[in-house]
Amino acid sequence: MTEHTSIRGTVWFRALTGQASPMPGDPKSVLTADALLGDDHARFLCVVPDSHARFPCARHGEVGLEEGYTLATRVRETIEQDKNTIKRPIVAIVDSKNQAYGRREETAGIFLACAAAIDAYGSARLAGHPVIALVVGQAISGVPLTHGYQANRILAFDEDGVVIHAMHKAAAARITRRSVEELEKLAKKIAPMSYDIRDYAKLGLLYKLLHVENPEKPSQQEIRNVQGELVAAVADARSGPVDLRNRLESAAALEMRKASILVRTKLEAQWREK
Amino acid sequence: MSNKEYNANFINRQSFIELDARERAKALFDAGTSRELLGPFDRVESPWLPMQGVTPQEDDGCVVMKGKIGGQVAVVVAIEGAFQGGSIREVSGGKLAAALDLACADNEKGIPTSAVILLETGGVRLQEANLGEAAIAEIMASILVLRKHAPVICVTAGTVGCFGGMSLAAGLCSYVVMTREARLGMNGPEVIEQESGVDEFDSSDHALIWAIDGGEQRYAMGLADALVDDDTPQVADAVRRLVSQGVPPVYRSSQVALYRSRIAALDTSRQWDPRELRALWTTNGSKEEKR
Repeated sequence: MTEHTSIRGTVWFRALTGQASPMPGDPKSVLTADALLGDDHARFLCVVPDSHARFPCARHGEVGLEEGYTLATRVRETIEQDKNTIKRPIVAIVDSKNQAYGRREETAGIFLACAAAIDAYGSARLAGHPVIALVVGQAISGVPLTHGYQANRILAFDEDGVVIHAMHKAAAARITRRSVEELEKLAKKIAPMSYDIRDYAKLGLLYKLLHVENPEKPSQQEIRNVQGELVAAVADARSGPVDLRNRLESAAALEMRKASILVRTKLEAQWREK
Repeated sequence: MSNKEYNANFINRQSFIELDARERAKALFDAGTSRELLGPFDRVESPWLPMQGVTPQEDDGCVVMKGKIGGQVAVVVAIEGAFQGGSIREVSGGKLAAALDLACADNEKGIPTSAVILLETGGVRLQEANLGEAAIAEIMASILVLRKHAPVICVTAGTVGCFGGMSLAAGLCSYVVMTREARLGMNGPEVIEQESGVDEFDSSDHALIWAIDGGEQRYAMGLADALVDDDTPQVADAVRRLVSQGVPPVYRSSQVALYRSRIAALDTSRQWDPRELRALWTTNGSKEEKR
């Protein structure tokens, strides 16, 4: 895995909000800011590396205990503040290669820290906030589940450094008892296994792939384009239902998620029988 | 309890862990009220496994049953830990999410319906990687909606336990029931050892694994709501009690300020004896110590 991608979160957070700092009381690894997005004030969140983080296994941009609870705090704060007013868009900028793999994390229940963030993002979506995930780098294993997958709309760059996957290539090869080469060969014909973001787009889960020439050094024009796409995604989310059914109803999903759709149709029919 | 009594209880008890997913699901319902939905004879299996030379299973290792628990309508979804490590895939995960959504729709129509999910899983099945992960995200979204209407109860009994993305789903549930044999954690010991080294986690140290992830510890820390013996009537009783208890006043995964302050108070310069956290975190700790 390439290290350079870990700067992308900060680059895009700064590009979209004009700053890159945590909120008072938050760890340096979670950036939160409100900034203009079209006609809206939107809340932006991103997990970034902090080489001095309190938890030794969470110093390279991993989603750990502090990150999970901080994301949850800042998303819940948005829900609370907008209770009686227009619901701000919430934009999760995603570039984290994995969750924190540590003994302290397991002992203190990292599963609940991640669940807290998921609860917050999902509750925001259900409350009517347009939640948008923008994947600018890596989103692997527990990361997309915690910070991204509860969004109404997911956008990603169509560039080789962008990876959304259940597990790193080397670990996945080891566990399925294959070589990395075999895994890559298999992934070419089996889209859900692929590490290529263009194959991922075929699964029907993404709202849109965006082109950015160099995600680490975006031009002003590219930043404006991405802002425009975010504004369009917010409008689309506001016009649709608050659940995730678009991931089963998209044209790509009708093709690639046939089994998911069949399960739903059949189960519903049998559920109604007496 | 005398040794003699203890041995008699041990010998007479009906193990839950030894049951397969179908038997486990059935054991939770009021006798004669359950029926299986989308069973093996419906033959909805993984489209992805045969492409990789892996034999699929006709129910994709996921059993869905509907019936009554304590007189109330409920759906039970059981993941079979013996098939591909209970990994979540397009079909098995899709069944779980769809069952939760159907229960939710019934609640919205005025038919109170609870859900019980029996999780024996290591997380996503890598042969269907991203579609398994997408299914887990949808399961989470479904839990968040359903739990407002009716309890969503997670039972993890062992021996696989509940790991990976599904441990996060467990964290969203209204209630969690565990046995001492069960484990609940995000990253399995092998993964931690592989990624962070044997000094961080020695995956051959079983006592350490259970001291951290085991049911007794999770309950004593307040991260599980009931600790039961590996005994089928006890598991069924606990589930029945939680079904009748209804929706909890507050979800664990929504108590962000509480848990955030607990994390902030920890000394991260060293590893902890897992028992330290029992005393620091909860009221269940003292209950457990007295057992």
